[in-house]
Amino acid sequence: MILQVDNPVVEVHDLTVSYDRKPVLWGVDLTLPAGSLVGVIGPNGAGKSTLIKAIMNLLPASSGYVRIFNEPIKQVRKRISYVPQRESVDWDFPASVFDVVLMGRYGNLGLFKRPRKADKDAAMQALEKVGMQGFAERQISQLSGGQQQRVFLARALAQNADIYFMDEPFAGVDIATETAIIELLRTMRAQGKTVIVVHHDLQSASQYFDWVVLLNMRLVASGPTEQVLTQELLEQTYGGKLTVLSKVGDLLQKQQFPARER
Amino acid sequence: MSDFLEFFSFADANIRYVTLGSVLLASSSAVVGCFTLLRKRALVGDAVAHAVLPGVCLAFILSGTKNPFILLIGAFVTGWISLVTIDYITSRSRIKEDTAIGLVLSVFFGIGILLLTSIQHSGNAAQSGLDKFLFGKAASLVGEDLIVFSAVAVLLLVTTLLFYKELKLLCFDEVYAKSIGFPVRSLELLLTTLTVFAVVVGIQAVGVVLMAAMLITPAAAARFWTERLGVMLVLAALIGAFSGISGAFVSYTAPAMPTGPWIVLIVSMIAIMSFALAPGRGWIARLLRQRRNEARILEENLLKLFYQLGEQQEDYYSNRTLASILERRNIPKKRALRGLKKLKRQGYITRHPEGWALTAEGETRGKRVVRLHRLWELYLTQYLQLASDHVHEDAETIEHIITPELEQKLMEELNYPALDPHQTRIP
Repeated sequence: MILQVDNPVVEVHDLTVSYDRKPVLWGVDLTLPAGSLVGVIGPNGAGKSTLIKAIMNLLPASSGYVRIFNEPIKQVRKRISYVPQRESVDWDFPASVFDVVLMGRYGNLGLFKRPRKADKDAAMQALEKVGMQGFAERQISQLSGGQQQRVFLARALAQNADIYFMDEPFAGVDIATETAIIELLRTMRAQGKTVIVVHHDLQSASQYFDWVVLLNMRLVASGPTEQVLTQELLEQTYGGKLTVLSKVGDLLQKQQFPARER
Repeated sequence: MSDFLEFFSFADANIRYVTLGSVLLASSSAVVGCFTLLRKRALVGDAVAHAVLPGVCLAFILSGTKNPFILLIGAFVTGWISLVTIDYITSRSRIKEDTAIGLVLSVFFGIGILLLTSIQHSGNAAQSGLDKFLFGKAASLVGEDLIVFSAVAVLLLVTTLLFYKELKLLCFDEVYAKSIGFPVRSLELLLTTLTVFAVVVGIQAVGVVLMAAMLITPAAAARFWTERLGVMLVLAALIGAFSGISGAFVSYTAPAMPTGPWIVLIVSMIAIMSFALAPGRGWIARLLRQRRNEARILEENLLKLFYQLGEQQEDYYSNRTLASILERRNIPKKRALRGLKKLKRQGYITRHPEGWALTAEGETRGKRVVRLHRLWELYLTQYLQLASDHVHEDAETIEHIITPELEQKLMEELNYPALDPHQTRIP
């Protein structure tokens, strides 16, 4: 059940990603439709974060290529926004909430330029969208997990991008934040943005997303939610790793073998 | 004392230059150090500092002069090679970064000492003064040296300011920086280069051995006082500048003394003081907070006892003797008396010849503590399924920290209860 679409926003072609020569994602080949809320779902260690990072070229691919808006990633960086995992940074950094959200404007500013008044307005608006305007001057070390997540979201919003990649935005947040985030994602979809979300909760997945990508070291399925979230496909995804695939991966690492012949 | 006046009148042009130089060197390395610290690469500075020595010696051997420009290039080259080596070892082998730093540091420094010793025994007259690089000598910062090193220091400060936004994002969230198209590799290279330069100019004043302290300590001290990166940079620069002046002064009054240890001693004192005195993060602030908490617990416990006695006798405002209060609860007599006196000062109780009595305000506060205690007990039995004889101890602490908002929420969730789990009335 891997459905390809016409005029995709994201086109991933035979993507293989390895850590220290060991492939963690094998030959992923998928396309995603514009203006959709996409959930990337799979068990721990399935390569969900790896997939979105590799799509954004934050990790090198061993083989394959990615096109976004039918262009190579370098040409469309400004139309792409990324929400990393909350735990990926040290929150005991000397900065205020507003400072962090303002970072969302850095990409448009270019080197040496200081944020202008307009950038500050945009950052403030982004904070309002996530309901954190009252926290602008708060130190980021004093935020709760849910608030940290909202700040990261606001930073991404401040970029005014067309496609958003979010790594586990619902992990470890309170119910109020989860509802606020999903409302926000729906508003964004209504505005024609595409949002790709790494998600781990199967139960909510069917309500949240209209397109689902099932992953476990390889692509199991990609298609409309109701067609993908079936008993059979979920069993394939969560039924453990493919033994032969893992063994071959281990072997590649042990022998320091390239994933592709040159 | 006369030395002090003579020095700080800055009448002597020489003193002016030496001071200016030391301030520039120390503050520029402190500013760069802030980013090194926040990027959690503090130890790397130490490795570079030690790796600079062989470069200085080699530059001297090859050129035969002590031209500061040439020595600086030599220092820069080996400092840079050491960083590349650390990165290479970490990425291409199983050796972790801390081990790689240790290895590189000792190997480079060993070679440096070897070269230095052989230069000293070579009988070359020009070599005298090269050993200043080990422990630093601010007073030797004159003429051409001063111009070259100060220029580099100013260049460092300007570059850091120009790239402020980029370095900030690099230190906070590197992957995000990459995602918005920042040239992360180049920025890393820039920060590395800045670190090497900061070390190279700083060793003139502090010396190779103690340079890491000059890079990291002002930043660490500044971090205690602020939650703003901009303020942190300024503070670190000021701390650096202050220690720089002190170093120059020591170097001037005691020419035989190496400057480095003095500067490092002063900057370390500032760091220790920051650790103790800084508001919020500091050690004394924490201690005070604990004492305030203890005082509050004592006061509230006393008011609670008054209230409970009142409940028992259905009379809240009569006089109670100290003995009758302490009967219900074991508080050391001296502590209890201290608490009572404080409560009297605050207007919660009044003193009578035959004992102490609650005021209306004291009754309200005592009642609140008792109410919170019983509410919390009820909450524990209802929501955490604890047995009613297991909840008292927990409530003894929680009763002191529940805020009015939480109290309201608790009341709502428990549906405005009348009785606690021991079937006592909740006031």
